[in-house]
Amino acid sequence: MRSSVIVFPGSNCDRDIGVALEKMQFKNQMIWHKETRLPKSDLIVIPGGFSYGDYLRSGAIAGKSLIIDEVIRAANSGCLILGICNGFQILTETGLLKGTLLRNKNLKFINKDVQIKVLNNKTKFTNKYKKDQIIKINIAHNEGNFFTDLLHLEKLSNENLIAFKYCDEKGNINENSNPNGSLENIAGIFNDNKNILGMMPHPERMIDEFISNKDGVNLFTSLLG
Amino acid sequence: MKFSVTVTLKKDVLDPQGKVVQNTLVNIGIKNLKSIRQGKYFEIEVDESELLTAEKIVDKMCKKLLVNLVIEDYKINKI
Repeated sequence: MRSSVIVFPGSNCDRDIGVALEKMQFKNQMIWHKETRLPKSDLIVIPGGFSYGDYLRSGAIAGKSLIIDEVIRAANSGCLILGICNGFQILTETGLLKGTLLRNKNLKFINKDVQIKVLNNKTKFTNKYKKDQIIKINIAHNEGNFFTDLLHLEKLSNENLIAFKYCDEKGNINENSNPNGSLENIAGIFNDNKNILGMMPHPERMIDEFISNKDGVNLFTSLLG
Repeated sequence: MKFSVTVTLKKDVLDPQGKVVQNTLVNIGIKNLKSIRQGKYFEIEVDESELLTAEKIVDKMCKKLLVNLVIEDYKINKI
């Protein structure tokens, strides 16, 4: 499977996801944001970080960069797109995913391992997880508080477009297990066609027992099919 | 032609920064404070002398980049 990781000035999880993809046997290429052509890719990853120093709004400037037109074109023709953390913010700024990520409710940068529940395991991104499986994944963000209008929120629930929700170790989804104030504890969402996933947690940080755990591995093996 | 653009969070969007500023003002003894919403302010100079056309250009800037219409409202004023 061929993957491309888009690199912006200020991206800082690009290498991590690159290492993770190669470890999982993806044929990966790193693509600088000023490129106007994308190599043929089955998966495009928008990595985490602080593209353009989070100027204006997180992801706003990166969302208008040259390569993004190509990403949008690829997305519309069915290419799989994964946005992690700042990548999720960028995807909402491009309009590929609806909604937005507001500043964390407690106004603090949160860096910790949290539990999330897999709500939909019937997608290209999540099929190797069990339904309602609880996984432990690192979050590291200042703007992860998912917000959208009521109509979209209902659609997300009704059409099974919520990938992950924050929960506690027992799987309880409530205010206590919500780290950032996200609407309905949402940690990751799909677009209508489920070929785009945006998520705040960092699966690329959870692929090795030695530094964390392997709870992120199944996301990559799901993609490999 | 010069314009100012004020961007504020929509009414029903939580504004934790505004809340903290408000609490701090109360803590330092400011009286009669009802509420605070924090926003952004831009000063924009446009190379166009026709008012309506210039306003349209600024409006386009807002819609395309300066404002996230999901959560923010904006006001354009000539200065």
